[in-house]
Amino acid sequence: MSKKKSMTISAILFLALIVIIVVLERMLPPTHIALAVLKKGCIYSLVAVSMNLLNGFTGLFSLGQAGFMLIGAYAYAVLTIPVADRASVYMYFDGGIIQFSVPVFVGLLASGLLAALCAWLIGLPVLRLKSDYLAIATLGFAEIIRAFFQWDKLGVVTNGSNMLRKYPTFSTTLFPFLVSAACIGVMVLMINSSYGRAFKAIRDDEIAAEAMGINLAKHKRMAFCVSSFFAGVGGGLLAMYQTSIQAMTFKSSMTYEILLIVVIGGLGSVTGSCLASFLFIASSEWWLRFLDTEMTIGGFKVPLLRSGFRKVVFSVIIMVIVLFARRGIMGDREFSVDGICRFFKNLGKKKEVKQ
Amino acid sequence: MDFISKNLPYLLAGISVGGQYALIAIGYTMVYGILRLINFAHGDIFMVAALVTVYATTSMPLYLSIPLTLVVTVALGLLVERAAYKPLRNAPRMSVMISAIGVSYLLQNLALYVTGGLAQTYPAIPFISGTVQIGPATTKMVTLVTPVLTIVLVFALMQLINHTKIGMAMRAAANDFETSRLMGIKVDNVISMTFLIGSFLAAVGSLLYFTNYASVVPTSGAMPGLKAFVAAVFGGIGSIPGAVIGAFIIGICENIIKGLGWTTFSDAFTFALLIVILIVKPTGLFGEGATDKV
Repeated sequence: MSKKKSMTISAILFLALIVIIVVLERMLPPTHIALAVLKKGCIYSLVAVSMNLLNGFTGLFSLGQAGFMLIGAYAYAVLTIPVADRASVYMYFDGGIIQFSVPVFVGLLASGLLAALCAWLIGLPVLRLKSDYLAIATLGFAEIIRAFFQWDKLGVVTNGSNMLRKYPTFSTTLFPFLVSAACIGVMVLMINSSYGRAFKAIRDDEIAAEAMGINLAKHKRMAFCVSSFFAGVGGGLLAMYQTSIQAMTFKSSMTYEILLIVVIGGLGSVTGSCLASFLFIASSEWWLRFLDTEMTIGGFKVPLLRSGFRKVVFSVIIMVIVLFARRGIMGDREFSVDGICRFFKNLGKKKEVKQ
Repeated sequence: MDFISKNLPYLLAGISVGGQYALIAIGYTMVYGILRLINFAHGDIFMVAALVTVYATTSMPLYLSIPLTLVVTVALGLLVERAAYKPLRNAPRMSVMISAIGVSYLLQNLALYVTGGLAQTYPAIPFISGTVQIGPATTKMVTLVTPVLTIVLVFALMQLINHTKIGMAMRAAANDFETSRLMGIKVDNVISMTFLIGSFLAAVGSLLYFTNYASVVPTSGAMPGLKAFVAAVFGGIGSIPGAVIGAFIIGICENIIKGLGWTTFSDAFTFALLIVILIVKPTGLFGEGATDKV
């Protein structure tokens, strides 16, 4: 199939997705769980792809994602709370010191930029470390950030450990979808560029990559900053989705969740990460809900079902994937129109052989 | 005198917490020494030990429930190793670490399910929960018991490692995994032994640690676990005396920071220390000169 034709089909698929979302929004009541899953799924896709860029494509095992999301969420919230509402939000800090607010898109951009700036600073020392040491250092960094944002001396900006709220949010699912799609698009372009090939070379063999003339420090720093930028934007979107944020919710368990999403989708597959995000969010918030409520079938009370059982089943499924399907859903392949066509063609061929 | 009476409680608390971290840190450092794996689930095994104590004390006397805690924790440690790490022995290090994170997630969710999301009140263990007066400071007996018990256990462990056959096998496996296998050491047994010792010490640590706290929640293991890991890195990963000394230093520093009124940063300090130590002296205080860290 020609490149042009597959591009057209991809574009049509994308438009079809938009149409489906619009139709779903019209048909379902606005509080329906499916819409919440879609919104959160879009946001988690963005964050998961940004983590995959680092862990799957560049081979830097970083666990700082929650920290960068925290920075993004706070940057967005702090900058966009309307001036009129600041007095009530910052009630313990005399309205805070920031007495202006910026439009939503500037806020999201700022959240990404601030996260990237922090990534650049922390990357200077931390990116010299390797594998699990990098992981534990970035995890530690996320914890430091969390403590820092809860510090009451900074309360005039961050509102201390109190909640930030009343900032502009989104009501339509289309908003997180389009923002995430645009960001993921940028990352895909980057992965397919010469930078992306350098990242993959670093992942596969650092020494060989260096011998081929790839500047390790520069490319690692770039991957780290870009990944953090989009994690920051994702954090901003998450803040919009949740309508209020608090630093204490961005714990390391959040990073673990995103890491597990990336692993389920397949390290090194963008579409895998997106698919896994929606599956993860949908099953943890919607499809497995029935496990949390007690159930009787024909007078027989099903054992074990009570609050919390959903998460146990869910984590067992994750462990099974981690142990027995180590490459995840997609491995390092990508979902593409071409691939599907080829799959069906091969299927046809196999049948012919059988006959 | 005023200075001492003001700071003594923090210092005592620091020594006590340090000893408890040390008992957890040994589990990390031994596993890392042999498998090169950060056992993220170790902190959660520590938490499960506390929950087992909670449930056991409600139905049986203390002299049964404490041994039961130790046995269940050790069994859990061995089970985790067999189920989650052994199948991945030849997989890339990243896969094993992800598996460890998965186990940690599973244990936390399991604990959430069993406890129903309610904080479980930790039972008072007689003798070590009693209060004692040291100079101007009043503290729990556990503050005195912890460092003594830690030192006794570490001494016993060092004897085991330096003077028994299994200890020699452990040192060999930590030194060169493949060669020790070629020399006829049953490496799987050695690894199981490592997890056994680590989980046992974590269970003892949990008995001491949670005596200072009112209750146990499914996430209570995460933070002490991470700090103990930092202690292990600080002391030089793979070195048991290093882990113990690192743990005491971290415990004391953390409590002094709390005493200065910077409670928000007591956790952050540990991680800042980690980043500094990894950059300045990546082998830690007593680590061997491995080169694959930076």
